[in-house]
Amino acid sequence: MSDTLGGWLEILALAAAVALSFRPLGDYMAHILTSRKHWRVERLVYRAGGMDGDADQIWTVYLRSVLAFSAVSVLFLYGFLRLQNHLPLALGTPQMSASQAFNTAASFVTNTNWQSYSGEAALGHLVQMTGLAVQNFLSAAVGIAVVTAFIRGFTRTRTDRVGNFWVDLTRVVVRLLLPMAFVFAIVLVAAGVIQNFHGFQDATAIAGGSQKIPGGPVASQEAIKELGTNGGGFYNANSAHPFENPTAFTNLIEIYLLLVISFCLPRTFGVMVGDKRQSWTIVAVMVLIWAASVTLITVNELHSISSTAGHDAGGMLEGKEQRLGVWASALFAASTTLTSTGAVDSAHDSYSPGGGGMTIFNMMLGEIAPGGTGSGLYGILVLAVIAVFVAGLMVGRTPEYLGKKLTGREMRFASLYILTTPALVLAGAGIAMALPGQRAAMLNSGPHGFSEVLYAFTSAANNNGSAFAGLSSNTTWYNTALGLIMLVGRLLPMVFVLALAGSLAGQRPVPVTAGTLPTHRPQFAGLLTAVVVIVVGLTYFPALALGPLAEGLR
Amino acid sequence: MAVNRGKPAHRGGTDPAPGGTGRVSGGLLDPRQLLRSFPDALRKLDPRVMARNPVMFVVEVGAVLTTAFAIKTPSVFAWVITVWLWLTVVFANLAEAVAEGRGKAQAETLRKTRTETVARRLADWRRGDTAPREESVPAAGLKLGDHVVVEAGQVIPGDGDVVEGIASVDESAITGESAPVIRESGGDRSAVTGGTKVLSDRIVVRITSKPGETFIDRMIALVEGASRQKTPNEIALNILLASLTIVFLIAVVTLQPFAVFAGAPQSIVVLVALVVALIPTTIGALLSAIGIAGMDRLVQRNVLAVSGRAVEAAGDVNTLLLDKTGTITLGNRQAAEFLPVQGVDLEELADAAQLSSIADETPEGRSIVVLAKERHALRARTEGELAHATFVPFTAESRMSGVDLDDPQEQRALRKGAAASVMTWVRSAGGHPLADVGGIVDGVSASGGTPLVVGEVLRQQDSSTARVLGVIHLKDVVKAGMRERFDELRRMGIRTVMITGDNPLTARAIAEEAGVDDFLAEATPEDKMALIKREQAGGKLVAMTGDGTNDAPALAQADVGVAMNTGTSAAKEAGNMVDLDSNPTKLIEIVEIGKQLLITRGALTTFSIANDVAKYFAIIPAMFARVEPGLDKLNIMKLHSPTSAIASAIIFNALIIVVLIPLALRGVRYRPSSAAALLSRNIWIYGLGGLVVPFAGIKVIDLIVQFIPGLR
Repeated sequence: MSDTLGGWLEILALAAAVALSFRPLGDYMAHILTSRKHWRVERLVYRAGGMDGDADQIWTVYLRSVLAFSAVSVLFLYGFLRLQNHLPLALGTPQMSASQAFNTAASFVTNTNWQSYSGEAALGHLVQMTGLAVQNFLSAAVGIAVVTAFIRGFTRTRTDRVGNFWVDLTRVVVRLLLPMAFVFAIVLVAAGVIQNFHGFQDATAIAGGSQKIPGGPVASQEAIKELGTNGGGFYNANSAHPFENPTAFTNLIEIYLLLVISFCLPRTFGVMVGDKRQSWTIVAVMVLIWAASVTLITVNELHSISSTAGHDAGGMLEGKEQRLGVWASALFAASTTLTSTGAVDSAHDSYSPGGGGMTIFNMMLGEIAPGGTGSGLYGILVLAVIAVFVAGLMVGRTPEYLGKKLTGREMRFASLYILTTPALVLAGAGIAMALPGQRAAMLNSGPHGFSEVLYAFTSAANNNGSAFAGLSSNTTWYNTALGLIMLVGRLLPMVFVLALAGSLAGQRPVPVTAGTLPTHRPQFAGLLTAVVVIVVGLTYFPALALGPLAEGLR
Repeated sequence: MAVNRGKPAHRGGTDPAPGGTGRVSGGLLDPRQLLRSFPDALRKLDPRVMARNPVMFVVEVGAVLTTAFAIKTPSVFAWVITVWLWLTVVFANLAEAVAEGRGKAQAETLRKTRTETVARRLADWRRGDTAPREESVPAAGLKLGDHVVVEAGQVIPGDGDVVEGIASVDESAITGESAPVIRESGGDRSAVTGGTKVLSDRIVVRITSKPGETFIDRMIALVEGASRQKTPNEIALNILLASLTIVFLIAVVTLQPFAVFAGAPQSIVVLVALVVALIPTTIGALLSAIGIAGMDRLVQRNVLAVSGRAVEAAGDVNTLLLDKTGTITLGNRQAAEFLPVQGVDLEELADAAQLSSIADETPEGRSIVVLAKERHALRARTEGELAHATFVPFTAESRMSGVDLDDPQEQRALRKGAAASVMTWVRSAGGHPLADVGGIVDGVSASGGTPLVVGEVLRQQDSSTARVLGVIHLKDVVKAGMRERFDELRRMGIRTVMITGDNPLTARAIAEEAGVDDFLAEATPEDKMALIKREQAGGKLVAMTGDGTNDAPALAQADVGVAMNTGTSAAKEAGNMVDLDSNPTKLIEIVEIGKQLLITRGALTTFSIANDVAKYFAIIPAMFARVEPGLDKLNIMKLHSPTSAIASAIIFNALIIVVLIPLALRGVRYRPSSAAALLSRNIWIYGLGGLVVPFAGIKVIDLIVQFIPGLR
């Protein structure tokens, strides 16, 4: 089978699998998020936590719950990482430094999973399983909970209540993430991913050198790593490591897992707002951007060969696993940067300027196509609010989306939302570039070196977590700066989303007439895509010009 | 839609408003206006004034920075950019000043009417007081509730209600309409406006407004924009524009460290130029002008809106309540058809109907003569032409009118009138109306029309025959073009409800003919109020017109309440707009102006943002091509040099504001259609146009500025 045919088959198989999941999974998520019944195990959780499962929270209370939960999670994980050398199954790993522990805690709680440590060298099995893997479940569920509250802003009228955070969180974990992760962990084990409690084992490499490689409960963590768009690898090499991602088949499964929830959530949205046509517009924009990105990266990696090694190999194979090849790596790279996953099966640093630049641009889009679990949907819905506002004016009415008016109040929150991430990315990268000490962390000079810094801040602010590599980021400065950016980049947008939800829920619905801007047609999908690309393009164009563009146009 | 193209500007009986040049468009921009407004534009450079407009404030701060830089390290480039940045700010102010200037001119005319008059106040006046004590006070000294007397030739000193007497009043000062109107005590025509002139008779007026708060004062304040507050939608748009400004500010400020790393640190001038080119200056500059011009377009149509908020609400209206009479139908019923009974010729009936109506001066009677002439080519005969004719006028008692023709050989009497009366008349003369008369009469009634029966009695020497000839179908005539207009409204997503005092049967027939979506028959003010509340409960916005005092609660409840100027002061107080022409059809135009206002804002925002793409292609290569030669590939316009490229982008950015001022004042073209069609059209014109136009514009400017010595 030629590479091209194999590549196409992979893409088609992936598209078919996601498409087939769209209705059942989307409907199922809508069901669990709207059902009135509690499961017995859920009741136990509520009782243990002292929560009332039937309470309905005002948006500010919902927000307080999100923030309090995140704060407790960060503190818990920080403590865990600092004390792990005193705990069992530590495999003799040392205590983590304060800045790195803060960075890692912030990273996993915010669904970013930026790793300034090397998994096999820094962490024991217990922390991996009960610290990181637990956050992989919880952070993914928090995203879905917040988007659920946001959707309730559209469905509810004349109330300030947007649901119950604890119920949303618990149900997503218990009824969605745990069962799915369990099933797919078994699939991964069957396909060759390891799952054991072995310590370090010596291996002799081809060149004759010797390596110490730990075993571990990898498959169980791998499933939720992808499913929850987390991306924090058990090993430093992440999904490029053969223990995490041994074959082309597991590679495909992992891409499927990291896309599936985010691509199906628009369906959930359509079902919950009672107009399934709305889900088609949203998912169409996601698919369009995703397909364009996959195409651009693949074409760049196959054809715009910018290194000598690439010439000889007939493709940009540097930094890519031979067992996966260019097609599968490009597909993974596009998908992981368009969701907030950040798992990698190849080194983005070694991509062609066009392909590498595209991975940065993907993250700059705000991770909306399809984005992180929950966060992708609320991201694109906020952009839809902006698009509806401008387009709504052009049809001569006070803009309204799904029967809710977009007034100054709504626009304030939506504007602040779209302001947050670019401000973090650009200010962070700007400060890093202005400080001579931090510039020294770059391993490359010129535009490529700048791209590394830009990539790091883009990845942190957008809660992606993948790295361009080539940046020595385990310094106190980078650990602290990126840790703060991850926290602000995750939680501040949630504040605005929930405020927007509260504001929308308080409104009385406006009836739909022929004068209402239709948001279920291809016209609106096209408009939304244009707004996304133009607004993001305009914001980041100067920075991209000095990084990947300058490099690519040389 | 094809039918609507090329339609005259004012249809459906709308009177052309003075100053209005066409459907939902403003007057043309006079270039002299630009010059006249220039001093005002400079005055607005005061930072305290500028701070209200965040986008242009950033430009002004940038201009100050580049000025400082240009003084410190002078170069042709620095000065060119500095001058054009200042011009950008001035042009923005100019747009606002021109928009305000048009209002000021109108205010000036209004002020002239507010000449100092001396009021003849009546102390302790009571109704029926025959010899009231009179005292002269200046009009400004009148208080609420004072009574004044005004006689022929005098100017009414303040707004109020006539409490005694009847007079003809010249209201041309505020309406521009020279025909005098009648104002009388009691009823719905009691309101008088200060500054208007009594032409005949004597009235006593109770003052209903404080000095300085009269209708004319409010009008002046409104058209001058003195009390202008930002409307909700303007606030929302401003928030979006401010946040875009912040995003671009951050993008440019953080660019400097990147540029330093790349070995191409940028001067303050270039960075400021980049910020100004990127932030949405076009819409930022024109935003307030668009709002003022929207109010102004209403004023040109003789409609005064109490606030910009009301104009915006008009664009959002879902339901229009329209009074039947005067809005949907002409004021009077008209003959539509002659329906002969069996055995009678149609021509014969038409002839008889015409004869019996010759002396009938009522509009209905005239319409019968006209119908006979138009439909049956029967020349209208004059009264003198008929020998021996005695005309029988209509009385409330007989409920018939007609003519007796006393020819020597034959006496012929013709009567037309209410069915029962004419039938009785025929029977009394020995006739037996055929059975099918009843059927015809019922049919006409059922269709919502009014039947008039025509009867004839012929007396020869010895014999006499009496018979019914047929029925004249009188009906309410729907104004021409209303159906199309309602179809348009439906496409715009607006539901029309006809309000009438008629019975449900008649109302239904007219509603169907006119093409309104719904009707409210035998409507009382309470019914109207209930209807408005019901619609609003469903989240709909309701617009209505009204004039009577009993309309006031509904006018206040409606989201857009247009009071007729002929109406009572209570109605005018309750509504949020006043139509000086008292033309209820104008409600539709008001809705269109409201929509046009929002569309203009959206279109120019889209245009402004789309412009940035071309500006990037001009400025980014200019900034960095020296150190990264590859970036010169982005210079797709092949601009002459880095400095000429940046200057061209900034000059384009400033000039486009001036170019678009007329569009901002006039509003973008609006043709009623569905939201989807409107959106497509505006995206193509202003989105795609906004992408393409600056490429051409910047290239052309570059071809010129490259010859400026010292700009390389």
